Parts: sequence; structure tokens; C-alpha cells
Amino acid sequence: MIHYRRPGALARLASVLRDVASRPSGAVGLALVFLHVAVALASPWIVPFDFKAVSASKMLLEPDWLHWFGTDHLGRDQFTRTLLGGRQALLVTAIATPLAVGWGGLLGVLMGLIGGRIDDVLMRVVDAFLSLPWILKMLLIIVTFGAGVGVMIPTLAFFYGIPVIRIARAATHGVVARDFVSAARARGHGRLSIARREILPNVLDALLVEGAMRWSWMLLAFSSLSFLGFGVSPPTPDWGLMIADSRSFMSIAPWTGLAPVIALSSLIIGINLTADGLAKALGVDRAQKAPV
Amino acid sequence: MGIPPLIEVQDLSIGFTSRNGRTLPVLREVSLSVAKGETLGLVGESGSGKSTLALAAMGYLKRGLRVIGGTARFEGQDMFALSRPALEAVRGGRLALIPQNSGQSLTPTLRIGAQIDEALALHSALPKSERRARVLSLLAQVRLPDPAGTAERFPHELSGGQQQRAAIAMALAGEPEALLLDEPTTGLDVTTQAHILELLRDITFQTGVAMIYVSHDLGAIAQVCDRVAVMYAGEIVLQGDARKVLRDPSHPYARGLLASIPKLAEARLPIALEGRPPPPGGAGLGCGFVDRCPLAETRCRQERPALRQIASGEAIRCHLPEKTAGLPISGASVATKARDAAGASALILDDLSVSYARPSLLDEILRRKPGGPATVQGVSLTIARGETIGLVGESGSGKSTILKSLAGLLAPSAGRVDLASGEALPVEAVLRNPDQLRRIQLIFQNPDESLNPRQTIAEILAQPLTLYFGLSGDALQARCLALLEQVRLGPHYLDRLPSQLSGGEKQRVAIARAFAAEPDIVLCDEVTSALDVSVQAAVLDLLNQFKRDRGVTYLFVSHDLAVVRALSDRVAVLYQGRLCEIGPAAAVYAAPFHPYTEALIGAVLEPDPDHRPRLIADDVVESSPPARGCPFQRRCARRIGPVCDAEAPPWRDAGGGHAIRCHISLQELESHQPRADAEALAREGDKR
Repeated sequence: MIHYRRPGALARLASVLRDVASRPSGAVGLALVFLHVAVALASPWIVPFDFKAVSASKMLLEPDWLHWFGTDHLGRDQFTRTLLGGRQALLVTAIATPLAVGWGGLLGVLMGLIGGRIDDVLMRVVDAFLSLPWILKMLLIIVTFGAGVGVMIPTLAFFYGIPVIRIARAATHGVVARDFVSAARARGHGRLSIARREILPNVLDALLVEGAMRWSWMLLAFSSLSFLGFGVSPPTPDWGLMIADSRSFMSIAPWTGLAPVIALSSLIIGINLTADGLAKALGVDRAQKAPV
Repeated sequence: MGIPPLIEVQDLSIGFTSRNGRTLPVLREVSLSVAKGETLGLVGESGSGKSTLALAAMGYLKRGLRVIGGTARFEGQDMFALSRPALEAVRGGRLALIPQNSGQSLTPTLRIGAQIDEALALHSALPKSERRARVLSLLAQVRLPDPAGTAERFPHELSGGQQQRAAIAMALAGEPEALLLDEPTTGLDVTTQAHILELLRDITFQTGVAMIYVSHDLGAIAQVCDRVAVMYAGEIVLQGDARKVLRDPSHPYARGLLASIPKLAEARLPIALEGRPPPPGGAGLGCGFVDRCPLAETRCRQERPALRQIASGEAIRCHLPEKTAGLPISGASVATKARDAAGASALILDDLSVSYARPSLLDEILRRKPGGPATVQGVSLTIARGETIGLVGESGSGKSTILKSLAGLLAPSAGRVDLASGEALPVEAVLRNPDQLRRIQLIFQNPDESLNPRQTIAEILAQPLTLYFGLSGDALQARCLALLEQVRLGPHYLDRLPSQLSGGEKQRVAIARAFAAEPDIVLCDEVTSALDVSVQAAVLDLLNQFKRDRGVTYLFVSHDLAVVRALSDRVAVLYQGRLCEIGPAAAVYAAPFHPYTEALIGAVLEPDPDHRPRLIADDVVESSPPARGCPFQRRCARRIGPVCDAEAPPWRDAGGGHAIRCHISLQELESHQPRADAEALAREGDKR
């Protein structure tokens, strides 16, 4: 008996990431993402100060050799807080993104496969959801249920799964018309079997790229909610919150806002570059990007 | 000599740099020359470098390719040394290209007249006021009906054949010295193809333009070319007079290629060329063809044959041209005939109709049927067990629609289908029981589409095996291996993905998957038309092997009458979704013909320079069948009058199961139709 196996999912992911890293923009993107994830994981052990150590004598200090990024209006070390400030956002979005892509992707594939009236009705509901400004929908939920991580994760996963339905459905339509799906239908496979074996493997690439995009949008949303005071509650350091706090001191201590802004934007840029690199490596057409 | 050749390519090598930095040649030291008014055919399989060579003659390289050595000259100028403006003056003017798919090369937003006018403005000295008249005369020259009207149309309003004519008109606008034609008739229907080739022949005759005609189709080459060059693995392996090269070539590859083409006059299986050409850079020290050559000697492996002139006038790259005469150039074996199963039938189609029109909401409310004639109507066919029925017709004739309907993918709008035992076959796949599903299997045209690119060959073959037989583990794997062996693929294919296989190998996997179900009836939808001829022969051979070993019943759909003839016991001719003629293959391919069959067979191109297609019906493409009367009424050359429009023609029995559906009596049909196949029939008689 000869032995055969297909390359595992991890091996394939590794080869795709290598392909992404072979392009300059993709390499920069991946490096930024890995750097941020590494900092988020390691920061509790490497930060020089206590993030909640308030000091009246150290308020709004300029950056110096002791406080690299200066201090904020309560005299807390801004470097420490910036290193720690992405942890909540990354934790919440890293859990919510796969959830969003998972449920949105599965529903989208099923709708694309089934079609007909159910599909028509559901897609109009999706349109209705997408036509509302996202911040309104989120605030409604958060005001009702509170702002903790336990609420943020399902809220983000739910709302950001809706555009994924469209992407998955469109990708499915591209696959359903192909002969290997007809062949499976003519053989008599059931719908679920066709969805799982024939369609899902062929839309995974599109979903992976979409997932990377959703991740960056979600980070922005999370930080925006924090900025508005609905996300992370003080004194936990968070970039959105830090940017909000620094706003009042923009004219006298601009460095307090600069560090979290750079941290947040470099992560978003990193993810977007990675997503672009993924799309190129996988040959997915980014033109079919859904509205946010 | 005196006059220099118009196009002269000398020792041209073109290649690309691979990922690991090696230079891989696509063309290897190719030389050819075309004199004024001469037509050269460039023939080879996909990947042989023929298109690269033709484009290089224009000084054009596809992205990533570069010249390694040699020159390409046009009127003495080195095309790769010319400046951009100088190139632009030559290209499209004195040297024009006619591409394969004109639908894509015409600008979709400009009217045909405006596009030709643009070419005239660039490449002729005509003042604006005289261009309009010239546009119309060009359109008339390519025989487009109503030139003034056509000039005002957009490309999408023309049929594929008309688009190709418009592209030819545009190429002629600059009064070129030479035309480069890159597979100009590939993808067109047989009748359209024959018309375009006739046009090209007339144009060379009238204008004295030289041509390089690139095609994989020896039949098309034979119609227009004086000389033929055969390409293999980036080399010209044989060049010579068309008659010599197409009738009795001295190169073993050319002979193999000829033998692999099914011929209309012979109901024989073509001989497959086993193996595949080496990839770029994969040819070793010796001859590129050595791995597939039946004559190969040690010398052929060690020493690359030089291009040399031999006594027959051919220029050849082969060490052993004198030994090749013994290699066959036509098929030998006859396809396995249907076993006489005492008339047991496998499938009965009774008055089957299929319509793509879906009832609208209004139709549903009013409970009326959607309007318009059905795509396929009133097809009745009894298929005997173990026989092969060929279903022929042009694109849009409903052949594939019938297959899809039988496979349960498309519910018929009327009629019924019965299985052998008299049990009615449910219309849709979801309503059929596992046994009914298993007994009918479908093989698609293009294996790139019909094999899931994300499944390994093992997973692809496992699907029917687990579904119908519940196999798993070692039993499953053993069965997969046995299936692969039956389609002549080794066990190492199991863990490959379809993208790692060649076209022919993929189609074999698709065939293995169909036969994994141990079907009674296999529906073949143009299964060879996406493949190279040499591979096509291997697939036909494989299908015949399954017929011989398992007595399977085939419904074999193809637009290629020669392929159908090679394999089929009976042939049914379809026009616009209606049957025109049905009968034993030998009877259908001989007079009396249905006027449509006559037109189809007349238009078939044979790889013989002295064979000219007979163009009976014109090549107008009809988009939908007429509501009443004979489906062929609008194109029929033998139309007798209003009765053809008003009444559906009767079936006329020609005896022996041969029937023709026409208003004209059989005697009258036969008296008008030349017995073109008399010679072929005599030959067939000899064999028996």
C-alpha cells in the first residue's frame, strides 16, 4: 500500500505566508503584525513602570531618558501604557474575527448554494443592516448590555459577520456554476456535502483575505468605541482611550497622543498590507470588497 | 534567388528565466522564411512554441520572454532592433496580425466601421473623405452581409464568424504584405470555419499577401498553406511542401500527429501518441522527441539532430528519416462495435423537450407556459445496451442540454426518460435513488472545470466510491489504484492536485471517476475537444477500452464529425434542439443526407491539401429555433417552399434504422447529393 496525504492546512498557511513575505509590502505588513502581537503577549513582563501609578509631580512630562514617551495628565508612564494599550483590542478582535468570518462565511456559502426565495429575503435583511451606520448599531447594543469584553466580542463578531455573508455568497456563486459542482450534484451528493467538500475549500482563500480585512476594521471600531468612552474602562490602558485623554492636552503636550496614534495606525497599516499581500498570493480579487 | 524573403527568421532562440535563475528556452534555433505571396502553415500541439514564433516574427515577445540568440527580419529589417515608432509603422500596416479570439480583440465600445477607419487613418494615405468608401469595400471583401449596416454595428452584435471577418477586414486595411494568423478559426463552428478559410484562400489569391498560419488543426492548415512547418518542443522539426508534409512526412512526430487525427472517411480509431512533450529546458542532449519516438536509437539520445535538407525536399531534424516510412499515418483499429444484446435497451428518451425559459411570477399567476419555442424539442431516442450513440451538431444545437437533462441537472419541460427495465427516470438528480444515480455518469468537456482544484486525485476518486459503495480505508485505496491503472496512470498520482497534471491526464482522472461508479450509461460531453489531437486519440482509445471490457453504453456528444465517426455505432444529428437524422454511422455519413447533415459533412476539413470542403449552407448563426416548420428552414440550401416554414417535416425511413426528417423524398435527396464518400465506402468494403 502506498502512503498518500495532502499537505496539511498549517503547511499550506506557512507557504502562503512565505509568499506574502516575498513581496516588500507584504513583508513590512507581516513584520508589523508580528511585532504588535509579540509586544501584546510580552508587555506585562517587559514594561518599565506600573501602568496605573499616578503621580502628581510627574504630570505631562516631556519625553526623556526615564520616560521615553513622556507622561500623561495623571503622571503615568506613556511608554508603559502604549505597550500595554493594544492588549484589550487585540484580544477582543482576535477572538471576534474568526467568529465573524465563521458564521458569516457558512451562512453566505449556504445562501449562495440554496438560492431562491430564502436567499432573496435574507440578503435584503443583510442590505438593511449594512445601510445603518455601524456605530449606531454598536452603541445600541453596548448601551443596553454594558461594555465588557463579554459583550464586545459577540457584538463585533455579529456585526462584522454580516458583510462576510455577502463576500462568501459572491464567492460561492463563482464556484457553484463550475462543472465539478454539477458533477457532484449529478452523482447525488447532498447539499451539505457539496458545500463542505466542493465549495468551502474553494472559497476559503476569499474568506481568509476577508478575515484579515475584517480584523483591521474591527480594531478601528474597538478603538473608536474606547475613544467615545464605551469600550475599555479606565485605568486599563487602551489606545483609543489614551487618544481620547490626550485630546485636551494636544496644544501643551502633543506627545501624549502621538504614541498611541502611531501604535494603532502601524497595526492597522500592517494588517492591511498583509491582507493585500494575502489577496495577491492567493489570487483573490479584492475588487469585490464589501461596504463596511 | 535574388529576391530576399519577406519574413526571415534565423536561428532564433527565445527563453525565460526560471525562479532558480536558469534560462529555459521556449524556442530553440528556429529558422524559417516566407517569400512574397507564400503561405506557410505552422503546426504543433499546445506548448510547442508556435504562437511565440509567430509573434516573434512581428518583433513581439510575451512578458518575461527574451531573445537568447538569432534574428527575425521583415523586409530585411531586424524586428528586435527596430525603434518603437518604426515597429508601430510596420505592425498593423505592412505586417498584420489576426488573433484567435476576435471578439476580445475588437474594441467593444467602437462601431465596426469606426475601428476599420482607425486602422486606415494609421496605415493608409487615404484622405478622410475617401476612407468611408474604403471601409465599405473592405467589409464587402470579407463578405460580410450588408457592409453599410455592419459598419454601424458594435462587435457584440456580430456572431463569432462575423467578428473574425471584421478582424480580417481591419488587418487588410493597411494593405499588408504579410498576415500572421494565430489560430483564426479555432473555436468556430465547422461551417463557419470552412467559410473563413475559403475567404482567406481567396484573399491570398486576389491580393498576393503572404501568410503565416498558426494552428493545431492540420485540416485548416491544409486548406490555405503552400508550405508547412511542424513544431515540437520549441523546434521546427520538419518543414516542406504541404502535400509532402501532410501526406507522407518523413519525421516520426509528424507521422504520429497524422495518425492521431480521426478522419471523416475512415471509421477507425486514431492512434495515440503516448507520452508528453518535454517542458521548456527539459529536452536533454539529444532529440526533443526521443522519449515518444518508436524508432529512437542511442544516437538519438546523445546527439541533437541538426536541421538538414533531405532528398524529398523536406528540411528535417531527425537522425533516421529514411526509417520513418514504415510508421503508420492513419488509424488502424476499428472501434469495438456494440454487442448484440438482443435489442435490450439502456435508455429510452420519449419526446423529450427542455426549455431554459423559466415561468415569471405573472406566468405562474395566470398558469400559462412561458413563451417561445423550447431549446430542445421532441427528441425521441432509444439507446440499445452497449452501443455508442454519437450526437452531433453545431454549438447551440442543444447537445449538451440533452446530456444535462439526462444527468438530472436540468429538468425537461416535457417528455420522459425510461431506464432499461422500463422504470421511469426521475427528472432531477435529487429525486433519483442511489442505484439510478450510479447507473448514469457524466464526463464533462473541460477537466479543468470538472475536477475540484482543491481535491487530490485520491479524494476525487473516493467520492463516487464512498457514495455508492461505502468503501473506506484500504479497500477504498485499492479501488482507487485499480481505477488509476485502468486509465494508465501510476499510483504516484493519488496525492497530486489536478493543477499538477496535464490536460490529458486530468481527463483520464475524470474518466476514472465516472467509471468508479460502475455505470451502465456514460454521457460524454465533448470530452476530447479541450485536448490536443495526440491526447484526444488516447482518450478515445480509453473510452473504447471501457466499452470493450465492460459493455458500457455511451451517449457521445461532439461537434467533431470525424471523432464521432471513429467511436459511434449510431449517429444522431441535431439542429436547434431538434433531431434531423439518425441511423447507423456508415449510413448517416453517406447519401442520402439530411440537408443539414450534408452541409455539416461538406464543411469538415480533412488534413489533405486536395480536399476542399463543399460549402452548402451559409454560416449564419441562429440564436433560437423557428416556432413552426422545419428547424433548418432558414439556412437550408434545398428549401422547397412555404411547406418548410409551416409544417414539421415527416420522418422518412431509409431502411436499416436510418431515418431522415425532411419534406424532400429520399430519392430526390439522394439524386442531388454527390456520393462524395463512395471512395471511402469502397475502402471500408475492402476491409470487411
